[in-house]
Amino acid sequence: MTNIPVEAIAVKTPQPLPGAPDNWKRFFSFSTDHKVIGIQYLVTSFIFFLIGGFFAMIIRGELITPEADLVDRTIYNAMFTMHGTVMLFLWMFPSLVGLANYLVPLMIGARDMAFPRLNAAAFWMVPVVGILLMASFFVPGGPSQSGWWAYPPVSLQNPTGNLVNGQFLWLLAVAVSGVSSIMGAVNFVTTIVMMRAPGMTYFRMPAYVWTVLSAQIIQLYGLPALTAGAVMLLMDLTFGTSFFDPAKGGSPVLFQHFFWFYSHPAVYVIILPIFGVFSEIFPVFARKPLFGYKVVAISSIVITILSGTVWVHHMFASGTPGWMRMIFMFSTMAIAVPTGVKVFAWVATLWGGKLRLTTPMLFALGALLMFVFSGITGIMLASVPIDIHVNNTYFVVGHFHYVIFGAATMGMYAAIYHWFPKMTGRMYNEGLGQLHFWLTLIGANLNFFPMHPLGLMGMPRRVASYDPEFAFWNVLASIGAFLLGMSTLPFILNIVGSWVQGKKAPDNPWRAIGLEWLVSSPPPVENFEEIPVVVAEPYGYGKNEPLVENGKVIAATEI
Amino acid sequence: MTSLDTPMTEVVVTHAAEHTHDEAANSKLGFIVFLLSESVIFLSFFGGYILYKTTTPNWLPEGVTGLAVKEPLINTIVLVSSSFVIYFAERFLHRENLWGFRAFWLLTMAMGSYFLLGQAKEWSELSFGFTSGVFGGTFYLLTGFHGLHVLTGILLQTIMLLRSFIPGNYERGIFGVEATSLFWHFVDVIWIILFLLIYVWQ
Repeated sequence: MTNIPVEAIAVKTPQPLPGAPDNWKRFFSFSTDHKVIGIQYLVTSFIFFLIGGFFAMIIRGELITPEADLVDRTIYNAMFTMHGTVMLFLWMFPSLVGLANYLVPLMIGARDMAFPRLNAAAFWMVPVVGILLMASFFVPGGPSQSGWWAYPPVSLQNPTGNLVNGQFLWLLAVAVSGVSSIMGAVNFVTTIVMMRAPGMTYFRMPAYVWTVLSAQIIQLYGLPALTAGAVMLLMDLTFGTSFFDPAKGGSPVLFQHFFWFYSHPAVYVIILPIFGVFSEIFPVFARKPLFGYKVVAISSIVITILSGTVWVHHMFASGTPGWMRMIFMFSTMAIAVPTGVKVFAWVATLWGGKLRLTTPMLFALGALLMFVFSGITGIMLASVPIDIHVNNTYFVVGHFHYVIFGAATMGMYAAIYHWFPKMTGRMYNEGLGQLHFWLTLIGANLNFFPMHPLGLMGMPRRVASYDPEFAFWNVLASIGAFLLGMSTLPFILNIVGSWVQGKKAPDNPWRAIGLEWLVSSPPPVENFEEIPVVVAEPYGYGKNEPLVENGKVIAATEI
Repeated sequence: MTSLDTPMTEVVVTHAAEHTHDEAANSKLGFIVFLLSESVIFLSFFGGYILYKTTTPNWLPEGVTGLAVKEPLINTIVLVSSSFVIYFAERFLHRENLWGFRAFWLLTMAMGSYFLLGQAKEWSELSFGFTSGVFGGTFYLLTGFHGLHVLTGILLQTIMLLRSFIPGNYERGIFGVEATSLFWHFVDVIWIILFLLIYVWQ
């Protein structure tokens, strides 16, 4: 009687249909493959990025002259409201979820997410959010005009008296987006905790996976607060309750608490995975291990915890008592510590490295630069005396555009270029990529830097007309914005062109270390023929040790 | 380890079992994570309630002197007891006593329904409405949102009860029953806090 081990029998995992990685039709289906869903997220959100960008062009077109002469003021209000809402809820969140969807199972050695059908359902809510928001252009009174933060009592105005008004649709869209995000967050946390390959302990997970875990925990504890606020606002708007209506004894400041309890940590939901992208890209293109990997990993969790304690810094000018201002000033400044730790770790990773300035590396470096700048203005804004002075001016607008565009969107570009060969099996065009980078870097700084002097001079945000003394910086900003608008053209050309007929990509074009680079490009439907056994920490560049059992060593100098 | 002359089907079954086990563990963790997140909505409402209660000058609407406590207290006792009943139902299922499970499960549903009916009766007898200031708003928001959860719980319990009649329903584990039961405990704990905040602290 011979015994054979069960493991020796090749177990074919049932393949999630439909089909093979070269079948484009699967992108238009209710596919449960995390890689298909990841790309669905990325492409859908990029389309909304273009729509949100188009709104920004209208805003900057209006602001190129001091007079309000391009569009009606109500349309202008709708434009900045929709610009902010689309960019956050339909570009930043879904694109990052898309990237994480694609990468996390591959990076931890899983065949798919923990709940594939939930994953697909969460994705298909994104187009619903988009349709709801866009539908508000066609209801009487047009879209919401209360800004992306929807502060009452402004958001409680309903001049047309219609039940289905712009603000109503806005709240509905935010609610659906919230449900989708919670579904995603439950899925990510379960996947990362339960589905790691054998040998992949927490401290062998790539830093990117750590940041996704941290970011999704924030979604879980923060988002419900916004949902609570949105439900109450909807009741006020639709059924005539008085939670936030000061005229009827309600408290508009409470809405601000609900809103910022989520929406400040939401910035970390956005920026943490971008930190993860930095931590993945810098070691590859500097050929050095990530400096202080464990500290970088832990600092993500520290940010997750601290980010829940800072929200009132958005409300220093909302009648907040002095003691509260002090507490939140300190907590806000404290968050610079784990963030600073990360920045130092990246600089130390780059220091003395053998740098390769490919497009993803350029974008990552540019994004890091932009992030450091926004971090400095962030510390300024955390300090109560400065914040009281520049509250609601363009200084704040400049600050958060450096974060959301400069760091997050440019970091997203870095990620797309970096993993494009893996996702599509094709190389992108390096020349077009570099052109895209320089247009973006110059356009972004030209667009967003002038907002800082404008804010210090006292130009308030969300105005369609302004004093002629502000004209110079506004013209510069508008030129930058149009340049930024054009910068998307080489990107689209590059991505579409390369996807269709780019050079075939090898499995590991960057000579990078990571489970996702061990599989073919694009990966097979089941990701791994055999689940790999991880035997080392990530980022073993120059360490002469393989990442997985029976794996190849990738030399530090190998390019 | 399995020997060569073992029929192949057994190997397949072993793997299927491992697979279901993983799935059940995933679902369990996922559901707990979801409930933790869901509790933050209630915490936000509670926080808002405390803020309103401590800062609103004229808390009670005109003509309202307070809330009657007696009937809500009976309701509370019934709902809290049902948590123990559902626990016993689950125990019966673990011991594969299907009829014991069904009986106690049905009793839980009855107690939950009693709670909901009591709530509806209380609502219909109150002299203030949803739009009667922040007091009315928070009262109906909190009790209504919680009631919606009770209703969801009863619907889930109905599904679980019906599914218990499908032959072989528990071959893939009893996650559905466990999750419903956990959800029920969650709804109970929320109610205890809610009862203390709204009825006891007047």
